[in-house]
Amino acid sequence: MAQITYIEHGGIEHVIEVANGLTVMEGARDNNIPGIEADCGGACACSTCHVYVHLDWIEKLPPRDDMEEDMLDFAYEPDRARSRLTCQIKVSAALDGLVVKMPEQQA
Amino acid sequence: MTGNDMNQRVVVVGGGQAGFEVCSKLRSLGMTGPITLIGDESQPPYQRPPLSKAYLLGKMELERLFFRPLQFYQDEKINLRLECACTGIDRNAKSIALSDGSTLGYDTLVLATGASPIRLPDAIGGDLEHVHYVRTLEDADGMADDFQAGRRALIIGGGYIGLEAAAVASGLGMNVTLVEAADRILQRVAAPETSEYFRELHSRHGVDIREGVMLDRLKGEGGVLTGVLLSDGTELGVDVAVVGIGIRPNQALADAAGVDIDNGIKVDTQCRTSDPDIYAIGDCASFSHGNGRIRLESVGNAIDQAQAAAAVIAGGDRPFCAKPWFWSDQYDVKLQIVGLSTGYDRIVTRKTTEDSISFWYFGGDQLLAVDAMNDPRAYMVAKRLIDNGKSADASAVADPDTDLKTLLN
Repeated sequence: MAQITYIEHGGIEHVIEVANGLTVMEGARDNNIPGIEADCGGACACSTCHVYVHLDWIEKLPPRDDMEEDMLDFAYEPDRARSRLTCQIKVSAALDGLVVKMPEQQA
Repeated sequence: MTGNDMNQRVVVVGGGQAGFEVCSKLRSLGMTGPITLIGDESQPPYQRPPLSKAYLLGKMELERLFFRPLQFYQDEKINLRLECACTGIDRNAKSIALSDGSTLGYDTLVLATGASPIRLPDAIGGDLEHVHYVRTLEDADGMADDFQAGRRALIIGGGYIGLEAAAVASGLGMNVTLVEAADRILQRVAAPETSEYFRELHSRHGVDIREGVMLDRLKGEGGVLTGVLLSDGTELGVDVAVVGIGIRPNQALADAAGVDIDNGIKVDTQCRTSDPDIYAIGDCASFSHGNGRIRLESVGNAIDQAQAAAAVIAGGDRPFCAKPWFWSDQYDVKLQIVGLSTGYDRIVTRKTTEDSISFWYFGGDQLLAVDAMNDPRAYMVAKRLIDNGKSADASAVADPDTDLKTLLN
């Protein structure tokens, strides 16, 4: 279990307990948090679950693989340092306290 | 109803991707009236693509398939009626009949009835035990029980469903034979180059692909599948068969109600049928595209049409414009497709690494579609181009040293 803060582009914060084994995307989806669309359901096929990870957390996340890197490059206003696809980040206790912010729009 | 009454009664028939999406979107657009979602399956709306991929492989749990947990439907006041089928539409009374004998009135009706797999006739063994179709969770669970290492699997049909099933079966250690009646796999949807890529991929994983061969009949003993006789006279022993020979739109309800049908339920650019109070979205809907009418059997289209219909129902006017995209996962290959290749006259190949290759379909100078294998950059650039009606210089595409991003300038 990890507590994750999802911040909408407009600033509204959602603090959610997400079970281990789910992805950060699934935590948002199951709690109906706007701003993460995930059209492909988590297959790393659409890049519509893009977020900016809080600077404190970048180093603590497992690195992007090539597929995620390339998809992100074409997301809406990607940030080389902070952008991630939430379908590719598995939740574990190590992510307790994670803060992510949604972009203005997806893709 | 003119579609601008936020308190109207909306009834959605079909609990798949499109049906879920339209209900969710209607609420987020501020619709306040009763929304009822009718689904004939026992589970809340769920994702279908993993049924022939991660879920079948045992790598994805049931709960993760659901678009939302059940609580969502309560919170959003979406009346979710599961294991309930719509049996008829009374357009004069503006009500539908349900399988439990009740009727339900609507101001706006949305048909998201999906499609059904084409079945093999019983006369050639379509009703034998261990013969599977791929559409529902129940189908996938039945298939998963049968997918055991060492068993002999026959995949009938070399489209994406058949190829994905073959990849899973092979990955689980089954002995897999795939038969395709056309002279090559993926003939209906892709160029020979893409067919060859996937033929080679599957061969490398030990799948025996036989093209230009038809099923004569499945054979059984006591109602249980035992083997197959192929059109070339070959006989094989078979423990499990998966049939992936296409789907047909579920249009009978609309047809019986006198709503116009044309290879699916006919809709206009606002996803409206010939009855202005009835919409159709997703796999069941046919719409104008280019010089003809098409249906798109895909997640992306289900979402796009659901959102377009929801916007119109909520009083907006956002003409629907198809932006086709698809994906498939087989072994360690991710295939991403954008556009529709119909009418292409030339394929341009781009190969950047040993593992990444993409085929670009051109009609004259116009880029129509791209199949990208383990090459998300090619897919994403092509998607931008095609969504915006732009093309690309073929020689630049073919040159592996071209930075694809420059094509967007």
